[in-house]
Amino acid sequence: MSSAQFEIQLIASLVAIACAIPGTFLVLRKMAMISDAISHSILPGIVVGFFITQDLNSPWLILLAALTGVITVVLVESIQKTGLVKEDTAIGLVFPVLFSIGVILIAKNANDVHLDIDAVLLGELAFAPFDRIHMFGVDVGPKSLWVIGCILLLTITLLLLFFKELKLSTFDKGLSASLGFSPIIIHYGLMSVASITTVGSFDAVGAILVVALMIAPAASAYLLTTDLKKMLLISASFGVLAAISGYWFAHWLDASIAGSITTMLGILFLIVYLFAPSKGIIAVLYREKQQRTEVSLLTFLLHLKNHEEESERHVKHLSEHINWQKVRARTVLDLALKNNMIAIESKIVSLTPKGDEFTTQAIDYIITNEDAQIEDMKEDFFLFRG
Amino acid sequence: MNLTEYFALVLNDYTLRTITLGTAILGAVTGMLGSFAVLRKQSLLGDAISHAALPGIAIAFLITGAKDSNTLLFGALISGLLGTFWIRGIISKTHLKSDTALGLILSVFFGFGMLLLTFIQKQPNANQAGLDKYLFGQAATLVESDVWLMAVVTGLSLFVMLLFWKEFKILLFDKDYAKTLGFNTKFIDILITFFIVLAIVLGLQTVGVVLMSAMLLAPAAAARQWTNSLSMMVILAAIFGAFSGVFGTAISASQNNLSTGPVIVLVAAVFVLVSFVFSPSRGLLFRQIRVFKNRSDLELHKTLSFMYHIAETHTDISHPHEIRILNNFHGFTKGSLKKLQEKNYIQLQGSTWSLTDEGFKMATNLYNQQQKGHE
Repeated sequence: MSSAQFEIQLIASLVAIACAIPGTFLVLRKMAMISDAISHSILPGIVVGFFITQDLNSPWLILLAALTGVITVVLVESIQKTGLVKEDTAIGLVFPVLFSIGVILIAKNANDVHLDIDAVLLGELAFAPFDRIHMFGVDVGPKSLWVIGCILLLTITLLLLFFKELKLSTFDKGLSASLGFSPIIIHYGLMSVASITTVGSFDAVGAILVVALMIAPAASAYLLTTDLKKMLLISASFGVLAAISGYWFAHWLDASIAGSITTMLGILFLIVYLFAPSKGIIAVLYREKQQRTEVSLLTFLLHLKNHEEESERHVKHLSEHINWQKVRARTVLDLALKNNMIAIESKIVSLTPKGDEFTTQAIDYIITNEDAQIEDMKEDFFLFRG
Repeated sequence: MNLTEYFALVLNDYTLRTITLGTAILGAVTGMLGSFAVLRKQSLLGDAISHAALPGIAIAFLITGAKDSNTLLFGALISGLLGTFWIRGIISKTHLKSDTALGLILSVFFGFGMLLLTFIQKQPNANQAGLDKYLFGQAATLVESDVWLMAVVTGLSLFVMLLFWKEFKILLFDKDYAKTLGFNTKFIDILITFFIVLAIVLGLQTVGVVLMSAMLLAPAAAARQWTNSLSMMVILAAIFGAFSGVFGTAISASQNNLSTGPVIVLVAAVFVLVSFVFSPSRGLLFRQIRVFKNRSDLELHKTLSFMYHIAETHTDISHPHEIRILNNFHGFTKGSLKKLQEKNYIQLQGSTWSLTDEGFKMATNLYNQQQKGHE
């Protein structure tokens, strides 16, 4: 591994961490699409800033472009306030317009601007190690490493300082406002950090892929934990993992590093989406199936309780009457037997005392419709755990 | 080449005619279907779908090696649909919210698409160029068969829309009611979504992956301002869309190195801006005017009711009073007095005013209405 390769991976990892922090909060605040809007609409800011400073890594350019990001948020919110269109339409109208202006500015000034559309979309991570800073004649590392390092430092400092406020205003806006933390300041603070991070990462991964680094790790982490601190840590480590594996994948394919990092993020999310312990799709489907059986069992028991006559309680009749297929009927019968809810004597099904008590409680629950009672029932009867 | 020359050329030149016709049809169909997307609060779904279509284009190219746009668009359709259903899966099966699902699928699919594009660019295959145009759109590459495809799809979606008009409409405004009436809402839902995806895919060549969503939203958002009827909105959106397509293409064709996508988006944005400001019923301008008008009406009524209280104390209501005595009241100006006179509520004579019968009646009713309002 050459030093350039190491530096690229270092930059990519730092970008991933810097994006994961605001990304987590955006996902939790249901504002993920705002990051998409910001990443598109900083483009005119970057182009105009570039005209002025002639340097993609100048701090002024970063501030100017970040300002465009905040302006986008303000613009979206003011369009929403007019009530003429819905919130999502407002977002969808603002950023394509600003992005279009940026693209046209680049196209019209192609000779003066050393920016091209590909760089805008994908960034130029592969070239990052060649643009270096020299201090007192000593090579101190690539410029973008310094830029993203500073931004990351800023983000982490702000995160540590305002963690409590951020957490509170994310989960309970009303409470945080009544305790005296201005939700507006925190909102715009977060937006500013997101904008600055987007601009800083723009150079490395391009406009659109910043969105992936913000949302994908946070979304994956959200499926694994409900603890904010853990979520931040997991999403940061997912980001770094994707950055490093993505780099080597791109190296092997000889294709865009940013694209490959995003692909890795996608694969990571897919794995989490499928296999996450309690919120993954397989776990959810399994649970839904169990619940369906549980409801069937309840229906079945209620039916038994309602009918004293033997003809209604014959095994064969049941499967006809409740209209279950054979397999389903078998499962439910087995489950009920296993839980000692029913007894079968010469093909006539009857409730055991335990089953009778359970059914009475179940009816109570259905009538009163209070969640607390069903929790007790689960404890009492160990439907699936026993 | 300036715009008038351009439009003169459109009539004669085969290529230009094809392009103009193509963008007009495209604008119409996206505007039409975009209305449904906007009303269903799926505005950003368009953005996600268009980005998600990119890997499909690249994969179709990798598999077939063809540059034929129909094949590539078919790939785009498949991956767009895949993205859409994954988004639905995330929203319905996990606790992630729609914005997260949209942003995630959008960026991940797009990133994967870009990976494939850069991979294709490195291939020693002379056939590779031209996929770039799907990023920002290049209307100039439209050929007659593309326009035919657009026309066929537009006709098809028009037909389906008319056939299922009632169902679409009821699903749009009251989904639960539609369900109780026994409509298969899932099927209708998927049908609308499918056509939205189709419209987006159709526009990729002209407007490009990145900006296609605006093409879907902007005409519909503009049309929404002018009408409250769905059919009117769909028609207006189609017209706005067609015009932004034609003008956008004209402007981008008459300049050097301008992609069509951004220009069309800006033209459509102008439509939106104008609609936001100048629409008679909802527009910001008329709303502001109404606010001012209401305010001045209120001032007039205040003055009138003050006069009424003075006149009330006299047996003869038309007894003239000095204007001076109104001074301790802050609601009147020369202009407002003149306005009251114009409405024939008062008579001005030199430095005095007097209530007319009509003014007295008006003020009495005003007072009664206020009383009623308080009760």
